[in-house]
Amino acid sequence: MTNTTIQTNTTALEQRKRISYGMTLLVVGILIYLFFGINAIPGAQTTFGLNLLGSQAIQVSDLVVPAQGTIYLMVGIVIFAGAYQLARGVKSTGLLIGIIAFTFVTAFLTWAAQDKSFNLTGMLSSSLVRATPIALAALCGVISERAAVINIGIEGIMLMTAQIAVVTATMFQNLYVGLIAAILLGGLVAAFHAFLVIRYKVDQTVSGVAINIIGAGFTSFFSSKYLQGATDTLNNSGTFPIISIPYLSKIPVLGPTLFENNIIVYLMLILVVLMHILLFYTPWGLRTRAVGEHPKAADTLGINVYLTRYVNVILGGMIAGLGGAYFTIGSVGRFDELMTAGKGFIGLAATIFGKWSPIGAFASSLIFGFADSLQVKLQILRVPIPSEFLLMAPYIVTMIILTGVVGRAIPPAADGQPYEK
Amino acid sequence: MANVLELQGITKRFPGVLANDKIDIALREGKILALLGENGAGKSTLMNILYGLYKPDEGKIFVRGKEVEIHGPNDAIAQGIGMVHQHFMLVPVMTVTENVMLGVEPTKNGLFLDKEKVAQRIHDISNQYGLEVDPYAYIKDLPVGIQQRVEIIKVLYRNADILILDEPTAVLTPQEVEGLFKIINTLIKAGKSIIFITHKLKEVLAIADDISVLRLGRMVGSIEPKKATPEKLASMMVGRDVSLVVQKQASKPKEAVLKVEKLFVRDERQNLTVQGVSFEVRKGEVLGVAGVQGNGQTELVYALTGLLPSESGLIEMQGKTLHNATPRQILESGVAHIPEDRQRHGLILSFPIHDNMVLCTYYKEPFAHGVSLQEKPIYSNAEALVKQFDVRTPNIYVNAGTLSGGNQQKVIVAREFSRPIELLIASQPTRGLDVGSIEYIHKQIIKKRDEGTGVLVVSSELDEILALSDRIAVMYKGQIMDVLDAKKATKEDLGLLMAGIHLSAPAKKK
Repeated sequence: MTNTTIQTNTTALEQRKRISYGMTLLVVGILIYLFFGINAIPGAQTTFGLNLLGSQAIQVSDLVVPAQGTIYLMVGIVIFAGAYQLARGVKSTGLLIGIIAFTFVTAFLTWAAQDKSFNLTGMLSSSLVRATPIALAALCGVISERAAVINIGIEGIMLMTAQIAVVTATMFQNLYVGLIAAILLGGLVAAFHAFLVIRYKVDQTVSGVAINIIGAGFTSFFSSKYLQGATDTLNNSGTFPIISIPYLSKIPVLGPTLFENNIIVYLMLILVVLMHILLFYTPWGLRTRAVGEHPKAADTLGINVYLTRYVNVILGGMIAGLGGAYFTIGSVGRFDELMTAGKGFIGLAATIFGKWSPIGAFASSLIFGFADSLQVKLQILRVPIPSEFLLMAPYIVTMIILTGVVGRAIPPAADGQPYEK
Repeated sequence: MANVLELQGITKRFPGVLANDKIDIALREGKILALLGENGAGKSTLMNILYGLYKPDEGKIFVRGKEVEIHGPNDAIAQGIGMVHQHFMLVPVMTVTENVMLGVEPTKNGLFLDKEKVAQRIHDISNQYGLEVDPYAYIKDLPVGIQQRVEIIKVLYRNADILILDEPTAVLTPQEVEGLFKIINTLIKAGKSIIFITHKLKEVLAIADDISVLRLGRMVGSIEPKKATPEKLASMMVGRDVSLVVQKQASKPKEAVLKVEKLFVRDERQNLTVQGVSFEVRKGEVLGVAGVQGNGQTELVYALTGLLPSESGLIEMQGKTLHNATPRQILESGVAHIPEDRQRHGLILSFPIHDNMVLCTYYKEPFAHGVSLQEKPIYSNAEALVKQFDVRTPNIYVNAGTLSGGNQQKVIVAREFSRPIELLIASQPTRGLDVGSIEYIHKQIIKKRDEGTGVLVVSSELDEILALSDRIAVMYKGQIMDVLDAKKATKEDLGLLMAGIHLSAPAKKK
């Protein structure tokens, strides 16, 4: 009797879940119809550009679809998925979220660009580029928090390193000097944070906020005091050139997106893979994770908890420094006050959404990058949505993801706690 | 036989405390040395010194006749010393293999973790010593007994031949304890030497070859198990004669104070863990609830004390129904609760003792006057209770968290007994306490019974149930298997019931 009762319980719970997810899909279907389907101009066509101007990729013909038909197709897909979910149930929640996101975004873009042309490849390419600083901030978050040190000061580190990158690069007329200066400064500031929170057990949030305030204040002061009067000698470095990878960059769509980028984007992609391997397949990674989950256990096995934390936080700061360099010598070639615009914080959100794994953090950074570049494209398309709302898009996505979709992401067990012997 | 390990004159001072005072112990090769002492006697400090987690202020350590200095766990491991900590040092979200290899990781190509090699080693160790465990299972999915095996494997993987087991039986069920003893025997046969730290007397007598007793940081003496008796060991530990048997007269039960009928309770995960339980507790008797942990006892107590809502059924206190009443309504109807988890449900550790003493009554005269708390009555109440219940504390202003487990429990008992009560619900009242405190708490419970209070004792320690109860209810999978008269109940009968086997008619009569 015991077992049957418990089984009925779990099935009842699963059934409730199945129905609520199914209903959600149906509601999304109806919303797509109401927002975009009804408003679509009958007979209008949407052109999705697949070629990027100036790219080496083989040219392909653009994708032209009937606007209304495509939107109805999306409504059909999501309604069908909803009905299937209600009747049978799908195991993977991620798949359902994926279906919702895909159909909604596709329908939205089709509607927004009807009778116009929308460059899809350009959009994907700029998503990756805009995701780069977010991903680097997120990797900094992953590597620090896996060793149980929260670094909320990434934003401040990125501001400072963005500035030093452009100033040194301009002074020495060499972009690589700027890059190295940014990485070193990032490591130095992170070492300061590590010293405060590990040696003196200062509250990690307080130390991080202090770094953010120092970063914002100092760079703004330096900028208005020195940079504005001496743009040519201090604040005009130029940017890293685009490097096209032979052959790979010729692949349509994928080529311009992945294989025609500057060095910082490539470094970011390499770091994602490298960090995944290091964290999950090497002794260093095993020790890092143990220190983040159960420092006392690591200590009793002769692992130096403090040293591990110092190393990770400083490495994280260097990665954030690379992210800071992206803002100046990686994209515009000059420093503007507060130019990081919260990307460090969004990176922290990506750390959490990515469940503290490098690949997850990268994937969630892409979502934020996509929202960011979508907002720019839509302003160009002159969609009848106020531009202020469009500017909010990346931040709204951040909040929705952090509150709703993430559900219960489980951080490393000792995250944020100082270790006392 | 040669001494494989010797400690001479170990002294360790903490600010204000002399934790170890010139302690000498010796471990013979291939033998089990039991280190016996109450909580706070300095056993753990001594072992942490041996394992390199603390630095001794004075004293020498000899391993196999050679003097060694141990500055950290790495040194201890290098000397072949391994420690199984009381609170397991395992990372729950990692696999057995990852936990075992942590710190001494073999690699492929000098870079990548070689998990297969370690899993194979674990497999070999498992076979050799009878420590079965799945190398790829996650720690968080394993029961406590198996987690302990992983800890032992961790030590063996590092080729330790001196094993320190710190209170290894504190978290185990009786069956798991038996399993552990078998493993210990296999280890001894394989030539390992073991230091076994405990405060449980029967275990010491069951397996030790030598016994050393510590009290208040000093070595009281060594004794051979053959010459030792539980009484003798207890008096060495506590420093005075202790009665291990609870002295009590026959109960004089009167009318029922608590009636429970067909109670169903769901736990926090929505599992139906109490399934149609009916019983009554009468004034002036102790009803013991026995059972292996996790058979619905916790949820039963939660439902009775208002910490969990009940699904259906009836709870009646002296004719008044208390179904899904709030904890305060339940307290005010005369129920006292000694909770299972004293640090979470019994005390506010960051509050001083005087505030903890009025947690049930702070809103009433004389402790409150309108909206303001009255310091003087609160202080004098605490002073009186600390004296009456012999709580060992520097003063009443220190935080409850600074007290030892036994004294924390005394604070709870003092608070609950300081108001008029009709029913006492005590859940695992002596878990983790030392002999002296156990004796004290048991005496207090029997005293309440003799004053005419109804008492419900829930415990997973059979000895405790047998010592206190007048009637014994056995829970298994959320149901009460049977209620036995304590005078006629035997350990064997209770064990069968706890395993879910109904007693046949003749066995019941006997």
